[in-house]
Amino acid sequence: MNGKLEIRDLHVSVEDKPVLKGVDLTVKPGEVHALMGPNATGKSTLAYALMGHPRYTITQGEVVFNGENLLDKDPAERSRAGLFLAFQYPVAIPGVSVANFLRTAINAHRRALDPEYKGIPVPEFRTLLKQKMDLLEMPYEFAGRYLNDGFSGGEKKRAEILQLATLEPTVAILDETDSGLDIDALRIVSEGVNAVAGPNLGILIITHYQRILNYIKPEFVHIMLNGRIVESGGSDLAKQLEAQGYAWVREKHGEAVSEA
Amino acid sequence: MTKSSVKRKFTQKKLSEVAPEFPFTLEDVTNLSERLGEPAWLRERRLSAWQAHSQLPMPSMQDEAWRRSDIRKLPSDRLALKPAEDVSLDPNLLAPLGGEDCGGRLVLRPGLPSQSTGGTELSEHGVVFCDWATAVREHERLLREHLGSVVRESEAKFAALAAGLMQEGALIYVPPGVKLESPLHTIIWAPGSGGLVATRLMVIVDQNAELTLVHETGSPLQPQGEAVYAGMVELHVGEGAKLSFVELQHWGEHVWNFTHERARLESNARIEWVFGAVGSRFTKTYADLDLDGEGAEGRMAAFYITDGEQHLDHDTQQNHLKPHTTSDLLFKGALRNRSRSVWQGMIYVAPGAQQADGYQMNRNLILSDDARADSIPGLEILADDVRCTHGATVGRLEDEPIFYLMTRGLERETAERLMIDGFFTPILERIPLEDLRVRTKAMLHRKLNELTSHG
Repeated sequence: MNGKLEIRDLHVSVEDKPVLKGVDLTVKPGEVHALMGPNATGKSTLAYALMGHPRYTITQGEVVFNGENLLDKDPAERSRAGLFLAFQYPVAIPGVSVANFLRTAINAHRRALDPEYKGIPVPEFRTLLKQKMDLLEMPYEFAGRYLNDGFSGGEKKRAEILQLATLEPTVAILDETDSGLDIDALRIVSEGVNAVAGPNLGILIITHYQRILNYIKPEFVHIMLNGRIVESGGSDLAKQLEAQGYAWVREKHGEAVSEA
Repeated sequence: MTKSSVKRKFTQKKLSEVAPEFPFTLEDVTNLSERLGEPAWLRERRLSAWQAHSQLPMPSMQDEAWRRSDIRKLPSDRLALKPAEDVSLDPNLLAPLGGEDCGGRLVLRPGLPSQSTGGTELSEHGVVFCDWATAVREHERLLREHLGSVVRESEAKFAALAAGLMQEGALIYVPPGVKLESPLHTIIWAPGSGGLVATRLMVIVDQNAELTLVHETGSPLQPQGEAVYAGMVELHVGEGAKLSFVELQHWGEHVWNFTHERARLESNARIEWVFGAVGSRFTKTYADLDLDGEGAEGRMAAFYITDGEQHLDHDTQQNHLKPHTTSDLLFKGALRNRSRSVWQGMIYVAPGAQQADGYQMNRNLILSDDARADSIPGLEILADDVRCTHGATVGRLEDEPIFYLMTRGLERETAERLMIDGFFTPILERIPLEDLRVRTKAMLHRKLNELTSHG
């Protein structure tokens, strides 16, 4: 378990249309990466493809996670291998409480390690859940609500981070976690991410705006354009984007754009 | 094609158009009544019910209510009137309803002695909770007053069958103002094949009284043979009274199950009626709500889960007979393999029943290509100032939620199972007591586990 996610020359099509056209990116535990870029350049496609969504077809390249081929695994196996995706649009599961769902997910993870595992004891689960909810400043009654059912935008994103905190992955992809959040919600969610960040967690933040990066400081910033990472740098790259927008990137990599 | 084969085909078709009549006679009815020690007036009631049964035609797919439910293979002509076999109860049924003080339990084994627990505290409050023999012996006045007053004995073929040939029954009476906190529990347990088992349940909750009743019907799965069950359920909820009625049906899949059930509510009465149905080979249940007093409110909810070749048909009526009455129905089903469900529901608003508020919704989850759910909502509104809405859906588990759950480490089967659980949660939430919810959930889970293990 080295926790390293290595994406090599990844090509992905959606309904026979190529979207990713050769992505290379490595995320190691403890690193925080930001993947930025204009809308519809393939950022979310990368997130879904890494998680194994059936609509995204890998046409070329490889992804190695913990030294194993990630692409052989189904989404459940990817999760249990330590990969996590915080969805841009989390899906509602009516009738299933946050607590019931989290317990089921924890048990799925533990059973993968020990097929005889009987399930997390109630006191242990309660303690764990309270601790994680405190981390995210969530009221405990939140655990009794149905997962994402009737949640506000902020509640959905917080619920995603609660899942991240509970499942303790080695690499977490946050897909537009900042979208649809007001400034207070953004702060709380970001603080939650910072609270779970650490030497054992690699983070890949996918975002259109620089805003969230005021709260979560990436060491590495990548810019995606037309299905490829065209620029990589340090946090100053994000600041440059904020100051100048994406125009200079388009200009510099016009060839890539005109291919589209 | 030769002439004789044409003829044979014709004869076969003709034979199978309707199910055969039951082989019983007036003498069987008299003998049964005598054996149960019934007084003459009860015997007369039985005989007239049997006569009605004999005169009513066997339902067939020509009848609107039976168009989607085929009973041509009903083994009616091969049945005997025989007692339930003496097989011990499924321990799941005997699991406590919760708390230590279940108000009382009555296990009815038609043709065999019934078993009861609890009840001393009940009689102190004047509550009647007894089997048929006791009702006949000790509560004739209640029987005379209420028997057949909610479900008429002659109103349909199978109601008349139950009324004519019932072998066992339960009578429950809660006097005015008595509020029972602990639930009562009746179980009809009828193992065995080749027989007809018929029972009646009468519940009277008098003015301002309150009762929670769990009524279960069940048998083990018989490896061979078939059986028929006919039941009548009459619920009388008096003025200002409250009844929570949880009915759990877990017949073995050799049972053809026919029931006629109705609740009549007087003014400001309230019923919370929850069905759970997982058993039987075939079910045709009529469940009606007669809101017969101003301010009466009835809620009905059901879950049904079917697999294999099961066929469950629930026919509901929400009858708004007086002004300011409210009804709310939610039926939900999940179907696997080649199983089939029919829900046919009607909201009726009588002339002058203004300010009626009726709602019905049926949702079905199809889990296999060959399963099928028919959903037929209906409105018949004869008053002009009412609010009635209804809807029905038939769908499958969606891909996006499954993917979402899988990304959290759940195997596909676990993800699907969690979604099915969630689908039924709104029904379980209507069950009044936490302990009862747990019990009902356990029953639902046992069935879902079967579904999952069948693949």
